[in-house]
Amino acid sequence: MKAFAQLFLSLDETNKTNEKVRILKDYFNAVPDTDKMNMLALFTGRKPKRQINSTLVRTWAIEASNIPAWLFEESYHVVGDLAETMALLMPETANSSNKTLTEWIAEINALADKTEAEKKLWLMESWAMLDSQERFVFNKLLTGSFRVGVSQNLVIKALADVTGLEATVLTHRVMGSWMPETYTYSQLVEEQDADLNISRPYPFFLAYPIQETSEKQKAPAEVGAALGAAADWQAEWKWDGIRAQLIKRGGEIFIWSRGEDLATEKFPELHPFLNALPDGAVIDGEILSFQNGQPMPFNVLQTRIGRKNLSKKILEESPVAVIAYDCLEYKGEDIRYKTQTERRVILEQLQAATPYSEVFRISALIKFDNWDELGSIREQSRAMIAEGIMLKRKSAAYQVGRRRGDWWKWKIDPLSVDAVMIYAQKGHGRRADLYTDYTFAVWDGDKLVPFAKAYSGLTDAEINKVDYFIKRNTIEKFGPVRTVKPELVFEIGFEGINKSSRHKSGIALRFPRILRWRHDKPKEEADTLESLKALLGE
Amino acid sequence: MQMIRKAEDKKSAHLKFAHLRIFLFPLQGVRGQTNSLSVGYVNIMAKKPLLEFTDRGIYCARGKFYIDPWKPVTDAVITHAHADHAYPGHRHYLAHHLSKEVLLYRLGEIQLQTVEYGETVLKNGVSISLYPAGHVIGSAQVRVEYQGEVWVVSGDYKVEDDGISTPFEPVRCHHFISECTFGMPVYTWKPQMQIFDDINNWWRDNLHNNRATVLVGYSLGKAQRILQNLDLFNGKVYTHGVIENTNEALRRNGVLLNPTERITPDSVKEDVRKGIILAPPSSVGTPWMRRFQPYSFGYCSGWMAIRGAKRRRAADRGFVLSDHADWNGLISAIDATGCESVYLTHGYTATFARYLNEIGFDAHEVHTLYGVDEEEASPQPSPGEGEQENTGNGNDKNESKVLSSDSYRNGEDPMAIGLDEAGGSVS
Repeated sequence: MKAFAQLFLSLDETNKTNEKVRILKDYFNAVPDTDKMNMLALFTGRKPKRQINSTLVRTWAIEASNIPAWLFEESYHVVGDLAETMALLMPETANSSNKTLTEWIAEINALADKTEAEKKLWLMESWAMLDSQERFVFNKLLTGSFRVGVSQNLVIKALADVTGLEATVLTHRVMGSWMPETYTYSQLVEEQDADLNISRPYPFFLAYPIQETSEKQKAPAEVGAALGAAADWQAEWKWDGIRAQLIKRGGEIFIWSRGEDLATEKFPELHPFLNALPDGAVIDGEILSFQNGQPMPFNVLQTRIGRKNLSKKILEESPVAVIAYDCLEYKGEDIRYKTQTERRVILEQLQAATPYSEVFRISALIKFDNWDELGSIREQSRAMIAEGIMLKRKSAAYQVGRRRGDWWKWKIDPLSVDAVMIYAQKGHGRRADLYTDYTFAVWDGDKLVPFAKAYSGLTDAEINKVDYFIKRNTIEKFGPVRTVKPELVFEIGFEGINKSSRHKSGIALRFPRILRWRHDKPKEEADTLESLKALLGE
Repeated sequence: MQMIRKAEDKKSAHLKFAHLRIFLFPLQGVRGQTNSLSVGYVNIMAKKPLLEFTDRGIYCARGKFYIDPWKPVTDAVITHAHADHAYPGHRHYLAHHLSKEVLLYRLGEIQLQTVEYGETVLKNGVSISLYPAGHVIGSAQVRVEYQGEVWVVSGDYKVEDDGISTPFEPVRCHHFISECTFGMPVYTWKPQMQIFDDINNWWRDNLHNNRATVLVGYSLGKAQRILQNLDLFNGKVYTHGVIENTNEALRRNGVLLNPTERITPDSVKEDVRKGIILAPPSSVGTPWMRRFQPYSFGYCSGWMAIRGAKRRRAADRGFVLSDHADWNGLISAIDATGCESVYLTHGYTATFARYLNEIGFDAHEVHTLYGVDEEEASPQPSPGEGEQENTGNGNDKNESKVLSSDSYRNGEDPMAIGLDEAGGSVS
C-alpha cells in the first residue's frame, strides 16, 4: 500500500506527461505482479465493490476524528472530497503497515460476509495503522470513489514500455470484463494473445471535434481547407444515443457501452437480431429509442438507463434499435485494418441479410459533392434529431481511442439563452471551497424560475469573481446551497430541450453549460420561460 | 458557576497546543464571571463598546482612531504591512518599527509614527500598545485600554516561532478580535522544520535532474521565512523583483537576511537555474517564470493542505507552510487571552464561531474586508490581481485591485459590516 500511496502522490505532483509515464514505469518495475494487476484494474475504472455503505464509514470516521458531526460536514464542504476529509481529520498515527495493495483489496472484498461490528473493528484498526497519505488512498478504495488524474493511454504507454508490447494490443487486452483475481499479469503480457475471453470488446475509435470549442464555429470553407477533397470523405449523421459495441461470438451475445459497461441485459429488443448474426461478428453503432421508425430525443432513452428492471411499460414507451456505424470483426476475423469503404461494404451485407431490419438499422450515408453543400445539410441536424455530422476518411482503418486525422465530428451550434444565477453550491475536487455549481433561472412573469444547473464554462479568474460575489450577496443558506441575490446574467448553451414533468420549469436541457458571463446585461433583460418553451418546437 | 467550569474543561480537552507562553500582563478577574458582557461591567455596558466595527474599519470612538481601516481616515493604527491591512490614503499611521521601511516602500510618502513592542501611546486618554503577532516581520497585535477595559486586535497571527518574526505573545484582554483564516479542523500544520526539510530535499532532487527550482510564496513574510531556512549549500537564492524590493526594505530596517540576488534581464539563465528562484504568486505561469523551463514549481501556502486547492494552482509541489495559525493554534491563542468575548473578522468565521460557542466561548462573527486581497486569505489570486513587478515609486497599487474593482459596487453595499450573532448571519 505504501508504494501505491506514493504512486498516487507522485502522479499528483506533476503535470508533465513524460514524468507521469516515468513514475508509472517505476511502479510497474517495483511491485509484485498481483499488485500490477490490481493497480491496472483501479486505473482502468475497475473498482472493488463497496462493502461498507458511506453513511457507516462517515459515522465511524466522525468517531475516530473526535469532532461534532456538523463540523465534519462543514469540513467536507471545504475539502470537497469525503476520503480526503476523513484522512485529514483523523489524528496522526505512529503505527505503520506493510500490507500490499493486493492484500488490502482482498481484505476489502472479504468484508462481504462480515457483520457490522466486525466491519467497524476492521476499519478502526486499519485507519490506525495507515499514515495520512495511505489513509486517503485507502478511503478512496473503500468508498468506491477511486479516480486518478491519469488517462488510460498513459498507463498503457508505460506498460508498453515495460513489456515491449504494442500499445494498441495492450489497450485491447485490458478491455472488457476481467478481475485482477482471475486475470494474471503473465496472461496480459504473453506474446500471443490466448484470447480466451469471447466477450472482450475492441477499443472504440472516437472522433475529434472540428471546432476547438462548441462556441467557435468553423465555416464549410475552413473545414474543406483542413480536410481536402470532399470525395475522400464519408459523411453520416451524428446520432445522440448510447455508443455501443455489439458482439456475437461462440453462439453468445454481448452488448458493451462506451464506458465499458456490459449492458447486454438492458436491451432485450436487440437480442433477436444479434442471435441471428453469423458467428464472429462485432458491430459498432448507436443505440437509440425509436418510435414509428423515427429516432426519439435522448431523454426518452434516458428514462430506461439505470433502471434495474425493465417494465413492460418502459419497453413499450421507449423501444430501442441500433443504428450501425461500422463492422470490426467478420467471420471471426479482426477487420479493423481494412479501409472505411471496405468495412462499410461488409456492414451493408450483414444488414441486408438481417430479418430484423427495424432493429438493426444502418447509418445512412449523406450524399454531398462539396463542403458548402454539406454545410447546409448540417443545418438540418436538429430536425433529424441528430447532433451534427460525422466525417470519416474513406481510406482509413478503424483506430484506437480519440485521435486527430481520420474521424471528425462537426457538431451544430448550441442553443442558448440568457439566464440569471439564483443558487450556488461549492464544487468538488480542484474546485473545492469555491462556489462553482450554479442554478440558473429565467423570467416567468415577474418570477424567476430555475431551469438548469451548470458547472462549467467559466475561466478560473471568472470563477473567483463569481465566488467573491456569491460570498457577499448571499440571501439564505440551505445546507451547502446558497440563495444568491439575483443579479449576475450568463449565457447558457445547451444541445437540446425537452418537456419534463419532473422539473418546476416543465423543461429539461441536454448538456447545459455556461457560454459566457453577460456583464453587459442587467437581470431584467434575461430571457423568459416562454421563449425557452418556444424552442420545444411543438 | 458549574456550567462555566464545565465549559472550561471542555476547552482544555480540545487544546492540543501544549506549550503556551506565560501571559505578559495577567489581569485580575478577566476570565468571565459569566459568558456575557453583563456582571461586573454594568458601568461599561451603559456606554458604547471601546471598539466598534464600522464601514471604515475597527474604530475607537473614545480615542478617535481606527485599526487597519480600509477607507481613508485621519488616524490609523496598522497591525502589519500586508495590503488588506495597510491601505493607502490615511492622514496618520502608527505601526511597529520593523514595519517602517516596508510601509514606506508600499505606500509611498506617508506620515508614520513607529513604536517598539510594549511601548504605550496615548490617544485622547486611550492607551495603545503593540504586541508581537508572529505573522510576519513587524506584525503586531494592538492592545487598546481605557479605564480598565482591554481590547486586543490580533491582525493576522501564527503561534509557531518562525525564527524571523518576533514570536506571538498572548495578551490578556476582555475582548479579543481575532482572525480565523484557517479556522477549520482540516488545517493542522506540521512543525516548519519538517516542511523545510521537504523543500531542501526537493531542491536537491531538482538539481540532480537538471530542473530549475521555483518556489512561490507571498513577498512579505513567506519569502523571508523561506529564505532564512534554505540550505545554502545547495546553491544561491535568486529573487523576483517584488520580493527583492521587500527584502531591501527590510534590510534598510536593519533586518539581517541571507544573501539574495535579484533576477534582472541580464541574469545568466543557466546560473539562475542552478540556484533556487523565489517568486510571488502573480508570477505563476507568466513568461517571466516560463523562461526558466524546465523547472519544478513549488507553492508555499496553508491552502496546500487541501488537494483541490493545490490542483487548482497546478503546482508541482505544494508545501503546507502558513503564516496564519492553524485550527489548534487559533483555539489555544484565543483561550490564552482569557477573553470573555471573541470577535472573528475573517476566514471561516461562521463555522469557527459556532464551534467556539459550543466549547464555551462567547464568539461572534463580524464582517470586515480583511483577507480579501492577501495571498494567504484567498484560495486563488487571479493573475494580475496579485503582485506584479514593481514600477518604481514604491506603490504596489495593483495589490488592492480586487477591492477597487467596480463589479461589486452595484447593488447591496458589500462594505457593510455588522456585528452579528455567531452563526446567525451569512458570511
